[in-house]
Amino acid sequence: MLRSMLVLVVLLFLVGGTLVSAQDPVELTIATVNNPDMVVMESFTEVFEAAYPNISLNWVILPENELRATVTTDVATGSSTFDIVTVGMFEAPIWAQNGWIHSIDDLAAQYPDNVQADYGFDDLLPGVKLGLSYENELYALPFYGESSMLFYNKAMFAEAGLEMPEQPTWDQVREFACALHDPDNGRYGIALRGLPGWGEIMAPLTTVVNTYGGRWFDENWEPQLNSPEWNAAVSFYVNLINECGQPGATGTGFTEALTLMAQGQAAMWVDATVAAGFLSNPEQSQIVDDLGFAPAPVGPVAKGNHWLWAWSLAIPSTTTHVAEALQFATWATSRDYIELVGTTNGWATIPPGTRVSTYERAEYLEAAPFAPVVLGLMESADPTDSTRDTVPYVGVQFVGIPEFQGIGTDVSQLIAEALAGDNTVEAALARANEITREAMEEAGYYDG
Amino acid sequence: MTTTYSVTAPVPKKRARPFENLFSRQSLPLPAIIFMIVVTQIPLILTLRYSLERWNLLRPERRAFIWFNNYINILENRDFWTIILNTLVLTLSVVVLSLILGMLLALLLNREFPGRNIVRTMLITPFLIMPTVSAVLWKNVLFNPAFGLLAAIYAMLGLPRPDLLADAPMASVITVIVWQWTPFMMLILLAGLQSLDAEQMEASQIDGAGRVTQFRYIVLPHLQRYIEIAVLMETLFILSVFGEIFVTTTGGPGIQTTNLSFGIYQEAFQRWNIGEASAMGIYAIILANIVVLLFVRVLRRGRHEGVTA
Repeated sequence: MLRSMLVLVVLLFLVGGTLVSAQDPVELTIATVNNPDMVVMESFTEVFEAAYPNISLNWVILPENELRATVTTDVATGSSTFDIVTVGMFEAPIWAQNGWIHSIDDLAAQYPDNVQADYGFDDLLPGVKLGLSYENELYALPFYGESSMLFYNKAMFAEAGLEMPEQPTWDQVREFACALHDPDNGRYGIALRGLPGWGEIMAPLTTVVNTYGGRWFDENWEPQLNSPEWNAAVSFYVNLINECGQPGATGTGFTEALTLMAQGQAAMWVDATVAAGFLSNPEQSQIVDDLGFAPAPVGPVAKGNHWLWAWSLAIPSTTTHVAEALQFATWATSRDYIELVGTTNGWATIPPGTRVSTYERAEYLEAAPFAPVVLGLMESADPTDSTRDTVPYVGVQFVGIPEFQGIGTDVSQLIAEALAGDNTVEAALARANEITREAMEEAGYYDG
Repeated sequence: MTTTYSVTAPVPKKRARPFENLFSRQSLPLPAIIFMIVVTQIPLILTLRYSLERWNLLRPERRAFIWFNNYINILENRDFWTIILNTLVLTLSVVVLSLILGMLLALLLNREFPGRNIVRTMLITPFLIMPTVSAVLWKNVLFNPAFGLLAAIYAMLGLPRPDLLADAPMASVITVIVWQWTPFMMLILLAGLQSLDAEQMEASQIDGAGRVTQFRYIVLPHLQRYIEIAVLMETLFILSVFGEIFVTTTGGPGIQTTNLSFGIYQEAFQRWNIGEASAMGIYAIILANIVVLLFVRVLRRGRHEGVTA
C-alpha cells in the first residue's frame, strides 16, 4: 500500500515536472530601486506576463545604496544573477566601457522582433539619451528622468509681498530666504541637502559650483577644488543654509527636505523635479495649493544650474536571455507602458522625463502643472556641456568616472564638516583637493 | 573498570589503536571541525589574498598583485588613525557607560517592588529593537532639530534648537548605542545578582557591613565573572557596530564618527577598493584581538586584587 502510494507520488512528480518544463517560460530576474515608479512597474507584472506568456518576471527591489552595491558587485565579478539591472546615468557609460552591459543599439539590430512595437528611439529626450550613451551607442533605456528645480511656497511669498522671477538667481534666492526665515516659529527660508554622499549634498552643490564657474577637474584631470570658484560656491551654499536655511543641515537629505517642504516648514527648496509629484499629492503634502515652481537658480554662469539624471534599464553581458531581456526593457520604457500607467493609475503618476511625446499629451499636461518647466529643464540639461571651462568628463552633477563615487563621498564629508562649523570652507576644500588628487594618482590618471 | 581493561588488553589490539583512533573516536568531531574551517577560515584566507591585490571593482583592467602596498598605504593615511581612535573611543565609552548604567539598573531590579516585571520588560525593550530602527527613531523623533522632540523641548524653554548630530556627533552616537546596549549588561548582571547567596548577605549584615561595603566585598567579587563575559561580548559587538552610525551620521561630519566597520564599508562600497578594504579588515581583526586581550588582562588582574584584598 505504502509502496504503491510512493510510486504514485513519484510518477506524479515526473509527469508534473515534464508538463511544467514543456511550458516553462524564461524567467527574467530584474534588479531595481525601491522608488515609487519602480514599484508601479512591478505591479504591472501580470499585464506583461499575459502579453508575453513565454517570459516570467522575478523582482529584486532594493534601496538605492544597496541596489548599487548588489548590482555592481554582481556585474563586476561576472556572476550572472540578474538579466536586467537598473542603473543611473552615472553608471551606464562606465559599465559600458568595462563591457559589463550590452549595447542596446546592437541588440535592437540583432533582435528587431524583440523590440516593443512602435518604440520610437527618436522620441527619447536627447540629453537623457546622450547621458546613457558610450561612444555614440545607447547602453541603457531610460525608465524615468529628472532634473532639478526650485519649489516655493506661494502663500509665504504672497504674505511677504515677494514675487518669484521667471528665472531666479542664487542671490535673489538668498534674499527671499533670509526675508522669510523665521526659525522661532519653525519656518525656514530654504531647505537644501546637507547630508554627506555623492548623490546627496554633492548633487545640488555641484550645480551651484557649475553656475559659479567652477569645475571638478581641468583638462589634465587636475582637481580644481581649491579654486576661487569652488570657494565662492561652497561658501555661498554653506552660509545660505546656516544663516537662512533649515537646522540639522548635515542630516538633511532628499527625504528630510521633502518633509520640511511638504509640511510647510520651508519657504523654498531646490531639488529633484520628481519631488513635484509628491508635493502635488494631497496624501503626502500639506501645501498642494500653495506650491510654486521655478527653474533651478543660476549664478554668474548661466549653465549647469540644473542636473540631469535617469534611472534606466540595462542588460548585463552575463545574461543568457538577451532577447527576452530586450523585450522587457523596451516594453517598460515604451509609450505603451506610459499609456498603461496613465490610464490605470492616473496621469500624474506616469514615469516622467524620458520621452518628448509624454509632454505633448494633453492628459499629462493637465494633471501635472509643473510639466512644462520640467520639460524645459530636461531639454536644456546637457551632460557634455555644463561648465564654463572645458572639462574631460561627462555629467552635470557628477563626474562620469569610476573613482567619483569615492571622491564625491570623501569631499562631501569634508564639506559637511564645514557645514557643521567644525572647519572652514577654505580648509575643507584644500584638504578635499589633496585627497582627490591622491585618489586620482592612485587610479593612474597621471601615469602617462 | 578501566584499569582491568588496560591490564588485560591484548598486544595486537593495542597496535591497531592508532588506526582505530584516527577513523573512529578522534575522527568524530572532524565534520564539525571541517565545517568550522570552511565557514570561518576560508573567508579569512580569501580576505588575506585580496588584501595583497590592487583591485578596484570598477577598474578591472588595473587589477594586480602588489604585496603589502595596501597595508602600507593605509598606515600612511592619517584618516586611518582618526578612524582607529574613533573606534576605540566609541567602544570604550559605550562599554564603560553601559556597564555602570546596567549595574545600577540590575541592582534596582534585584529588589522587590510592585510592577517589577513590567519595569524589567520595558528596560529590556531597547535591546530587542533592531539597531537601524532605533537609530532612525533617535535621529528623526528625538534629535531632528526641526521636528524632533528635543528641539521642541528646547524651544518650549526658549533655548535655541540644538543640532546634536552635527554639534556633538560622537556623543550622540554613543548615547544611541548605550541606550541600546545597557539592557544587555543589565540582564547578565541581574542573572548574576539573583544567584547571589542571600544567607551570605545576611551574615555580612549581622557582622555590621554597610551597603557599600557589602557591594564592594561581596557583590562585586561575586559578579566578577558575569562582568567579564558581558564586557567581553559587548566589546566585540561594539567594535564592529555599523547600523547606528550608517543611519544617524553616516560617519560624519567629516570622519568624526567613522569607526573601522564603517570605514571598511566606505572603502569597499563607495570607493569599490576591494584590496584596501580587505587590508583594513585584517587590521580590524588585529585591533579586536588586542582590545579583547587587554580587557581580559585588566579584568583578570582586578580579580586577583579582589581575592587578596
